[in-house]
Amino acid sequence: MSAPEFLDAKQLNARAAYWLERNDGGCGEDEQAEFDAWLAASPAHRAAYWRLKSAWSHASRLAALGSAAPNRRLLPLGVKIAAVLAVVAVMGAAAADYLLAPRDRAYFTSVGGRERIAFADGSQIELNTDTAIRTRMTTAERTVWLDKGEAFFQIKHDSAHPFTVIVGEHRITDLGTEFLVRRDPGRLEVALLEGKARFGALDAKKKSPSALLLPGDVATATAGTMFVTREPAKKLDGELGWRHGVIVFKYTPLGDAASEFNRYNRQKLVIADPDAARLTIVGTFRTNDVAAFAAAAKSLFNLRVENDGDEIVISR
Amino acid sequence: MGEKKSETTREGADLRHADAAMTASGVEDWFVREVLPLEAMLMRYLHQNWRNKSDIEDFRQEIYAQVLEAAELRIPERAKPFVLATARNLLINRVRREQVVHIDAVPDLDALGVVLDEPGAERSAIARDVLRRLQAALDRLPPRCREAVILRRIEGVPRAEIARRMGIAERTVADHIAAGMCALADVLYGDAVEMRGDK
Repeated sequence: MSAPEFLDAKQLNARAAYWLERNDGGCGEDEQAEFDAWLAASPAHRAAYWRLKSAWSHASRLAALGSAAPNRRLLPLGVKIAAVLAVVAVMGAAAADYLLAPRDRAYFTSVGGRERIAFADGSQIELNTDTAIRTRMTTAERTVWLDKGEAFFQIKHDSAHPFTVIVGEHRITDLGTEFLVRRDPGRLEVALLEGKARFGALDAKKKSPSALLLPGDVATATAGTMFVTREPAKKLDGELGWRHGVIVFKYTPLGDAASEFNRYNRQKLVIADPDAARLTIVGTFRTNDVAAFAAAAKSLFNLRVENDGDEIVISR
Repeated sequence: MGEKKSETTREGADLRHADAAMTASGVEDWFVREVLPLEAMLMRYLHQNWRNKSDIEDFRQEIYAQVLEAAELRIPERAKPFVLATARNLLINRVRREQVVHIDAVPDLDALGVVLDEPGAERSAIARDVLRRLQAALDRLPPRCREAVILRRIEGVPRAEIARRMGIAERTVADHIAAGMCALADVLYGDAVEMRGDK
């Protein structure tokens, strides 16, 4: 027992708690020696034990509150949290852009911006950085034009009022869904997270392919091509990182990572060296934290970082 | 949890034992007074900088072990920078050991400048609402576990008597109490959500 054991934190804590419980309740001499040896064996043991012991000694103070009767609910914390959430929800609904859109409206975000639009029917659209949409909500139709950028749609299905997103020459018709649409110059990407949607050409007379998208499908269209791939749900979650203010990289070349950052920030990242641009990274960053990204690239890859205010240039 | 010194000899262990006995109370005081109050900040740091959440508890444990190992030779002058530097080094080493570079693992330590500039802030926050935290922790325990903890810690009932009153084995009482100890420590020291409100 005296040699340090290979335990993960949970096992080690359980062992430390075991000893604390025994010492607290009084243990025999044999056990005392065993405990001393255990405690002496590793600083990890001492850290775990002292931490629990300290918290446990604080716990006796609870007696002062006189709320110790086991049958009484001490603090209905869950109820409190629920109450707070309810209040927040009510305030949120009042404060949010809760719109009964008259007819046509336009919404946009600037670089680094993010906006959520809630509609009267319960549908929501979240706009990522540098994005512009127009909406037309009437009793007969629900149509959104994505003029640039990226948006995440959570649509309440209503067969009487089909929901259509129009992006350039393409059209996405919702069949009750959550989906992400990203428009870059010359390229359109639609990722479907839940439900079903049809993706095809705007001009129905054109004999162009259309696809029924199912969860996990990612459709990519360029000027003349369209293809659909299926991605694991985890990867799609990464693409939605921006909804929480983060960018997720998964084996992303540094050059691509820089372009991704540049969507969100006025100060631009420039990878000046093609070799450096090919280094791949995995990680999660705050969309606005270019400096942390540059600092990490510097310390991990031994790259040179020059910051002149407008640009951060990364090179070997 | 990475490599630990496995080949401690018998003599080595005894020597450590003697050292620990000499300095233990001073180091323990320091650890409880200076290091544990930093736990919420440490957990926040680890959560922000490491994606695999299942590693974090092990990291905390490893960081504490390294901090104590150093403190048993000489207590650092300032606990906070020392703990953070230890955390940062651990993350960097982990990153270097992995094949793919997790670039998010090592933001600048400067990013934590705000907390670095307020010595003792965490400590007073803990002292201030220790009761509130403990109440919350206690309330979150499973009912049987809570009952055992209250009887033991607050009412001072011996284990055998708790077993009799609750109609369970002594061994089970001990398990409940051990689980309660771990849960109380996690909330008292590590509850990052509550700490954030205290800043």
